[in-house]
Amino acid sequence: MNRPDINTLTALARQFRRDIVTTVFGAGSGHPGGSLSMVEIVIALYCYKLRIDPKDPSWPDRDIFILSKGHCSPALYVALAHRGFFPKEELSRFRKLGALLQGHAYRGVPGVELSTGSLGQGLSVANGWALASRLDKSARRVYCILGDGEIDEGQVWEAAMSAGFRKLDNVCAILDRNRVQQDGLTEKVKDLAPVSDKFRSCGWNVIDVDGHDISQVMDALDGAEAAKGKPTLINAATVKGKGVSFMELNPDWHGKAPSREELERALKEIG
Amino acid sequence: MAEKMRATRDGAGDGMLELAKAMPEVVALTGDMAGSTRTDKFEKLFPDRFFNMGIAEQDLIGTAAGLALAGKVPYACSFSSFILCRALDQIRVSVCYNNANVKIVGTHSGITVGPDGATAQMLEDIALMRVLPNMCVLVPSDAEEARKAVVAAASWKGPVFIRVGRNPAPAVTAVPDTFGIGKANLLARGNDVTIVACGIMVRDALDAAAELAQKGVGADVINMHTIAPLDAATLLASVEKTGAAVTAEEHQLAGGLGGAVAECLAANFPVPVEMIGIAGVFGESGESDELKLKYGLTKEKIVEACLRSIGRKGRA
Repeated sequence: MNRPDINTLTALARQFRRDIVTTVFGAGSGHPGGSLSMVEIVIALYCYKLRIDPKDPSWPDRDIFILSKGHCSPALYVALAHRGFFPKEELSRFRKLGALLQGHAYRGVPGVELSTGSLGQGLSVANGWALASRLDKSARRVYCILGDGEIDEGQVWEAAMSAGFRKLDNVCAILDRNRVQQDGLTEKVKDLAPVSDKFRSCGWNVIDVDGHDISQVMDALDGAEAAKGKPTLINAATVKGKGVSFMELNPDWHGKAPSREELERALKEIG
Repeated sequence: MAEKMRATRDGAGDGMLELAKAMPEVVALTGDMAGSTRTDKFEKLFPDRFFNMGIAEQDLIGTAAGLALAGKVPYACSFSSFILCRALDQIRVSVCYNNANVKIVGTHSGITVGPDGATAQMLEDIALMRVLPNMCVLVPSDAEEARKAVVAAASWKGPVFIRVGRNPAPAVTAVPDTFGIGKANLLARGNDVTIVACGIMVRDALDAAAELAQKGVGADVINMHTIAPLDAATLLASVEKTGAAVTAEEHQLAGGLGGAVAECLAANFPVPVEMIGIAGVFGESGESDELKLKYGLTKEKIVEACLRSIGRKGRA
């Protein structure tokens, strides 16, 4: 796919951030911090890299995207609404009784491939999808966003070993390295460093990027596709709550909704 | 006639091999248990469709879910004790909540695993699996029925757990017998009590019915090979006739077949229910027949339970 105009994507990032905080405000609950940190990654995927068709969400050879950190559903839902998988008005019913948009990523939503919400499960499922693609000789690629707090889970490392061992070069994991988990800084709760080396030691190709630089993320996604014989981890350095000063790197904004006054401040800052 | 002894895991292995030959979308996974789960022939004949995930059950189940969502029909095979307990969250979320078409073959279920002792003797698997939405639970009574259960699971849309055992067990069913998921088989008929059994206890239930017949007591014997969805119609038709029930399973008394039967009868047609099973304790090392005897999984205990159940009629 041709690269979209970077100014257009940058403007889109502001719009996604506005939509995320507005959606979480409307629900009265949700996870703004980790949704805001992955905006540029989601844009690079949904507005550039993923081979998907909103008119035919189950097209068999489509690329697969799995949001392993399912609590950051607002970022995914905003991207899917933008691409036309469902009407944008659904965002205003996020987390409401009977709504399409469940609190965590939900497979019943057009364009969502896997219901998630119990951390650590997405990469194994991505690997399974990739193994099926290999058997089917399909060009499909499988993408999976992991949270950095999430990779405390042992299953992630079981899956990392499996993908490296099986040389699943059709798998690309993106680590949203926003440095904050629910109870505080990742360094304080359970230090992850050196996380890129840990993946390399499991047989992965690792690309380190600034996760808020859309061009760098797009380059890395291209690099992942070009890398043969190894799965790729894009270690994306990000800021939890990016774009809203009082949410940035503040664990309090892992999982709560802004008040109306906070929403207005946030929208003003995002611009 | 000397009965042919064969383990249900052997029948399950045959079923998977049969499917692999007939259906290219069938794949199998194990966690360092190819020989134990009888998937080694599958691996030999279809190496590209066989995935040994190492001793990593959570990843095994997640990978199976991904394969299923991509259109494959994965059979995930390991000891029940390990694959269900270690990966319960993955079975609940990645498999059941996503309604992924994963078939779990749990081997070495029940106390008859024997000398390995309590950690391997899975006695809680029916309870764990039957409460999960979307999960179908099959407990075949012999090797031939295990083969049929594995084959039938491939055509069932959604997750299935197939519970099989390690050790040779006597034949109960025959090749021409029908097997339908959710359709219990009535193996013996009588008017006084209904014995509902699953797994290797079906054989003991039939033996108990024969002994009861000599005492002039008639028993229906239902092979309830599907615990979820439970065949309420067959159960109720029998119990409305007999007015008393006994359940028999190689599983904890809490939450298994007995629980499923009691829930159904309490809601629809309350009658006395006596349960044969493990009384809320862990097992121990020993030979299969010694353990069955010590923990009360015998024909004699089923006979006694039937007489107790009949004695409680009218004062349930």
